[in-house]
Amino acid sequence: MTDQVENNSLDRAAVIEIVVAGVREALVLASPEAETTELTEETRLIGAGAVLDSLGLVTAVLEIEQRLADEHDLVVVLADERAMSQKHSPFRSVGALTDYVLRLAAENTHA
Amino acid sequence: MPEAAVPIALVTGARKGIGRYLAEHFLARGYQVEGCSRGPADWEAEGYRHHELDVADEGAVKALFADIQRRHGRLDVLVNNAGVASMNHVLLTPDATATRLLGTNFHGTFLMCREAAKVMRRRKYGRIVNVSTIAVPMQLEGESLYAASKGAVETFTRVFAREVADFGITCNIVGPTPIETDLIRNVPKDKIGGILQRLAIKRLGRFEDVANVIDFFIRPESDYVTGQVIYLGGVS
Repeated sequence: MTDQVENNSLDRAAVIEIVVAGVREALVLASPEAETTELTEETRLIGAGAVLDSLGLVTAVLEIEQRLADEHDLVVVLADERAMSQKHSPFRSVGALTDYVLRLAAENTHA
Repeated sequence: MPEAAVPIALVTGARKGIGRYLAEHFLARGYQVEGCSRGPADWEAEGYRHHELDVADEGAVKALFADIQRRHGRLDVLVNNAGVASMNHVLLTPDATATRLLGTNFHGTFLMCREAAKVMRRRKYGRIVNVSTIAVPMQLEGESLYAASKGAVETFTRVFAREVADFGITCNIVGPTPIETDLIRNVPKDKIGGILQRLAIKRLGRFEDVANVIDFFIRPESDYVTGQVIYLGGVS
């Protein structure tokens, strides 16, 4: 996946940082007083054991879209039709969402 | 990212008619105004910027809001005024007309609302007003697709209003009567006369009537009013 976007300013580490920051923002907005949750690539975003509720996921996705636009000039809609219909949702974990962002970024670059 | 000190309003369909009136109305009230339409505007004013785009084009709409976010860092008001009408008997209505009406009137409103809410939620504040028509409650013959597209806007607005309430965003609807604009230019005079006879207040609407309802919806004090529709002329 990463070799597809080697010419893009976005590398995997940068995207993970953005995804984690977006999820963190959603968690803080939902419960400002809560203890900090450790977020890794395996952290689940939807389904059993997810750290976010449905509104939290909306906030996280919007934060991530906004950060991609602000920091990398990348304007994408993360919740596109494929995302909603994929068997293995890209929203299932931090790592999966990172890969999905990288794929959209590569498509944008080659468009 | 700069954040403007003055409030920012976005009006779709701002090239002419009600849209242009509203853009100028907001300018007079101290807003910076962004407007859009499919073609270039033949008017300009200090504090007004025009964008040429189709509201049903997702890429163009995304780019518009990215531009607004970049330049202003905020959006206070959105009025989804862009609309197309088609008056025709159902049996004489081409398929392309259905696609066009639903595209601009409903799909465009959906895209604009979605992207506006993304910008507005960052400041936990936003006022969105969608435009419907009295053709929805009056079920006017000859306006089936136009009324249906606006009926979709009304249902969408009610649900959307609930979904964005937590973000400090309200979304309401104004439903005008016929107003002297291009939209009704081709409607026969006797047909308009017949509609006016069915209103509680029997006259054509004015741009000021529309602006008056919008002014109410977008007041900061109207933060407990959302998902509502106000029809002009006494229609209910």
